[in-house]
Amino acid sequence: MIVETTHGSLTFCSIEPGSGLDSTLERPPANALGRIEASGLRGRGGAGFPTSLKWDLAIKSPGENKYVICNADEGEPGTFKDRVILSDFADLVFEGMTIGAFVIGAKRGIVYLRGEYAYLRSHLETVLRRRRAQNLLGKKIRGRDGFDFDIEIRMGAGAYVCGEETALIESLEGQRGEPRNRPPFPIDTGYLGNPTIVNNVETFAWVVCILAKGAKWFNSIGTKKSTGLKLFSVSGDCSQPGVYEFPMGITVAELLKEVGGEGAKAVQVGGAAGQCVPAAQFERTIAYEDVPTGGSVIVFGPDRDMLRVAENFLEFFADESCGQCTPCREGTPKLIEGVKMLQQGRCSMHYIHELCSLGETMQLASKCGLGQMAPNAFLSIVEHFQDEILGRIGK
Amino acid sequence: MSDKLLPHGHPTRAPASQRGRTAEVLEHAKALGKQIEVMIDGRAITVPLGATILEAAQQLGIRIPTLCYHEDLCLAGVCRICVVEVEGQRTLQASCSYPITAPIHVKTHTPAVRKARRHILDLMLASHYGECYTCARNGNCELQSLAEEYGVDYFRFGRMEKPRYEIDLSSHALVRDMNKCILCRRCVRTCIDLQEVGVLEAIDRGNRIKITTFGDKPLSDVVCINCGQCINRCPTGALRANDNTDEVWQAIDDPTKHVVIQTAPSPRAGIGECFGLPPGQPMTFRMNTALRYCGFDKVFDTNFAADLTILEEGTELLLRLKAALANDECGMMNDESKSRHSEQSQLQNIHKSSFINHHSPGPLPQFTSCSPGWVKFAEHFYPEYLDHISSCKSPQQMFGALLKTYYAEKTGVDPKDIVTVALMPCSAKKFECNRPEMCASGFKDIDYGLTTRELAKMIREVGVDLPNMNKTDFDEPFGTATGSGVIFGTTGGVMESAIRTVLELVTGKKIESLFDYAEVKPVRGFEGIRYAELPITEVGPVPAIISHLFKDWNWLKGVTLKVAVAHGTANAKLVMEDIKAGGKLSECHFIEFMACPGGCLGGGGQPIPTSPEIRAARAKAIYDEDRSYTIRKSHENPALLQVYADFLTDGPCGHRSHELLHTHYTPRGKYIA
Ligand SMILES: Cc1cc2nc3c(=O)[nH]c(=O)nc-3n(C[C@H](O)[C@H](O)[C@H](O)COP(=O)(O)O)c2cc1C
Ligand code: SF4
Ligand code: SF4
Ligand code: SF4
Ligand code: SF4
Ligand code: FES
Repeated sequence: MIVETTHGSLTFCSIEPGSGLDSTLERPPANALGRIEASGLRGRGGAGFPTSLKWDLAIKSPGENKYVICNADEGEPGTFKDRVILSDFADLVFEGMTIGAFVIGAKRGIVYLRGEYAYLRSHLETVLRRRRAQNLLGKKIRGRDGFDFDIEIRMGAGAYVCGEETALIESLEGQRGEPRNRPPFPIDTGYLGNPTIVNNVETFAWVVCILAKGAKWFNSIGTKKSTGLKLFSVSGDCSQPGVYEFPMGITVAELLKEVGGEGAKAVQVGGAAGQCVPAAQFERTIAYEDVPTGGSVIVFGPDRDMLRVAENFLEFFADESCGQCTPCREGTPKLIEGVKMLQQGRCSMHYIHELCSLGETMQLASKCGLGQMAPNAFLSIVEHFQDEILGRIGK
Repeated sequence: MSDKLLPHGHPTRAPASQRGRTAEVLEHAKALGKQIEVMIDGRAITVPLGATILEAAQQLGIRIPTLCYHEDLCLAGVCRICVVEVEGQRTLQASCSYPITAPIHVKTHTPAVRKARRHILDLMLASHYGECYTCARNGNCELQSLAEEYGVDYFRFGRMEKPRYEIDLSSHALVRDMNKCILCRRCVRTCIDLQEVGVLEAIDRGNRIKITTFGDKPLSDVVCINCGQCINRCPTGALRANDNTDEVWQAIDDPTKHVVIQTAPSPRAGIGECFGLPPGQPMTFRMNTALRYCGFDKVFDTNFAADLTILEEGTELLLRLKAALANDECGMMNDESKSRHSEQSQLQNIHKSSFINHHSPGPLPQFTSCSPGWVKFAEHFYPEYLDHISSCKSPQQMFGALLKTYYAEKTGVDPKDIVTVALMPCSAKKFECNRPEMCASGFKDIDYGLTTRELAKMIREVGVDLPNMNKTDFDEPFGTATGSGVIFGTTGGVMESAIRTVLELVTGKKIESLFDYAEVKPVRGFEGIRYAELPITEVGPVPAIISHLFKDWNWLKGVTLKVAVAHGTANAKLVMEDIKAGGKLSECHFIEFMACPGGCLGGGGQPIPTSPEIRAARAKAIYDEDRSYTIRKSHENPALLQVYADFLTDGPCGHRSHELLHTHYTPRGKYIA
């Protein structure tokens, strides 16, 4: 079901590997950090945490063995942009990690690769070997005394929740993939208790672009709070699904026009964890301050049954919940039951309200992002498609 | 006194996902005493950096409900019932596991918080199958009391129509009914962190998750040591002890049966808690009256058998010491026993050596044997060391053997008509009394083990208000025991009693001349592992009771006795690993091991809840009782000396005593078919 065409020429194509790194190494780490801060880059994994802030916290956290981890677990339904980056622009990712290591003072890096992407591994290992040979990895990188850094690749085992950064670390440590209590955050107690930065594949790639093309170039694109460009994985009922590069702040309508999805009745932005935007709100912008996304856009045409959509997403979460905390573990199946009742037309208005209220509790009280986002699709569908849903009552 | 169950630097084995404060940074900050001011519900309080919101709120007297939190355990943050609002945070935060590192503002009962707690409770009830009125924890269940506190008056999200899991009745000690489990994982953390056994784990994901054993096997088929610590920390009735009250009632109601009960020291220090009293109110003599009221024919004091154990085990220690010190060919840990510790040759040799044990003294250090949880732990995890464990049965079993022989003879009651019941703080005792080797007289030494909780139930059933009973004494011919027997109930107590007796027997001097009030302070307290050295500077004549075994004590002169005490099998494991590595503790002569944190007073059959404060209060009651006795040393117990004069005529560790009072162990290993 996943298509892998890339539309238009991506910025990444124009970046010469090595260009960002050499200029970075010539100056103190604080300089690179300052430029990333000026660019306004925020994490491309979904949560949108300012990258420079995360790195700065890791710099300040005391510890000898700091780690750089690249989150390549890409498990969000409808997301495949990291796969494109890993297969076509692996150099940028490794270079971004190397810059991260230089900035925070790390010696080791790990790519946590989604189990289903195992076929990419040999390609990535080849690139790593080449970079070692070029002295872009290893000891005394580019002749800089004291800058040693290398990267290893570790495989995930197919659990979506392991994309959550602390569950990812648990998994790396050989435990059940369950999110940790936060705080403390990985920047303090990450992999094996060491200060660790976890960033998305795409985040690392943009770091290289920013250092090569300048912070100004990046922050002149997008909105004030959501700067720069972003990759989108577009799928669903549109004529040209695939991976796109758009500026942040693009409206849903503009996006639909580009991908041939004009007739859509709704768009799911941000994957299963994201929001379902109805046609009436297509003027909304895709940005951290409005409709945030890790890059997944799923288009729903006029014939889609929105209850089925909600059910599908919820079943995904019920299946992928680690089962640790009560709201997510027990709440999601209750929402599924509710959807089934709605489908059969035997859910009272009272109970729908009860379930929506439960959804709010899940958003607030779940331990990790999975449970916090699990009810999103349900809540937005109930809110925006009341007529379609309630139409079945009493049928 | 340190409450810390886990020794400093002990790595917890629970995954970090179930730990809140992994940050050494925070631990350092705490150690440095850095303080921080926070506001909770508009009230200011200053706490050490890294303290949790829950701890801060508790200091202010603000109640926040908890379920997965337990004082003895690392922080899980999984149930989410304790959520609060932290200003500036998008989501609610679990107060039990949120470390304070900045001057935050917290609100503990906003509408969102109250709604979330109610939802969480409703969700738990929706997947919970069980009826309170048929539940062992009715009236003592954290889920039930929260439902009451939050005014739950209907099943908002429905309820289970039928059970999902079969009840695991395989174990002599524990019953697991996962239909009542709320997945707080307190049992998991208990088993792995406090006990280092680790038979319980969560398997699968989502709402298919369940707590089970390795390989989803019945509890009797895994390395469970029956300690019941998980029961004591389970907030619900999902885990409970295997209840024997029905069988005991049946025996009492049978006029042909002579039903006797022995009561251990710890239940009397705890049972008041089941009747609404604060912890640490000794109920010894009131309980005697209540037991007679229930219909027991005789009420005896296990402490008598504890004194007997001290004489037997102390003598055994002296024999082992003599073998090691008085002639060289049996050095402590000689080459033969060292090579036995090599992995392959273990199991066969052990059988041989534990058999030999009955006849020739085993190696040093000698390990205590009165905690059946510890014994099973050793059988599973350190089978190559079984010959280090004293061959003495536990006091419970020794008493049973005597009741069906000596006592039967003396009273003329046919041993087949005697039903021996043991009131114990312990769930592992239920397993112990069913060990096939425990029937020296031809009958089961002990027929039924009752826990403190079960007896409280029986006492309530006959309509007795325990705290208002009058006091009566124990029955003859075993009379009232000594203070040494009483302190068996707390960690360090067996060691202290043994020291009192052994030092007096050897030096001929009163122990009071060495330790004020005969209180051997170095082995007291709650430190996970304690170590003490006791130099023997002079020796006296050999007392008559063991003069058939020793000519003189000259070989002990100038020897420094090295002893250690460990409680909680996590600490036992540290001791054993140190011994294995040839560390300082391998030079010990005698080591006391108790499976339960705090010793028997923290046993798996004691009233629930448990906490460091509760255990300390029970310990105080026990030490106070010791002080109240006129006779405080086992070897001075007149009833005991009578038994040696009349019955065990070949003395401690003599032939008869070996037959009745000593036992052997089974190397089980970690893997069970
Ligand atoms: C359930 C769940 C799954 C996630 N999966 C991914 C993922 O597959 N890839 C990813 O980069 N981030 C994922 N995240 C976000 C990460 O926790 C983390 O925020 C991110 O890796 C940080 O990188 P960034 O700041 O560069 O975006 C997930 C979060 C949650 C709660
Ligand atoms: S929210 Fe869900 S996935 Fe996250 S910790 Fe809780 S149960 Fe696990
Ligand atoms: S576990 Fe608690 S709530 Fe459940 S049946 Fe027993 S007493 Fe009632
Ligand atoms: S009784 Fe002890 S060993 Fe057995 S499961 Fe419970 S805590 Fe673990
Ligand atoms: S059995 Fe008890 S302690 Fe264990 S998870 Fe279930 S409710 Fe919690
Ligand atoms: S008590 Fe805090 S999450 Fe369970």
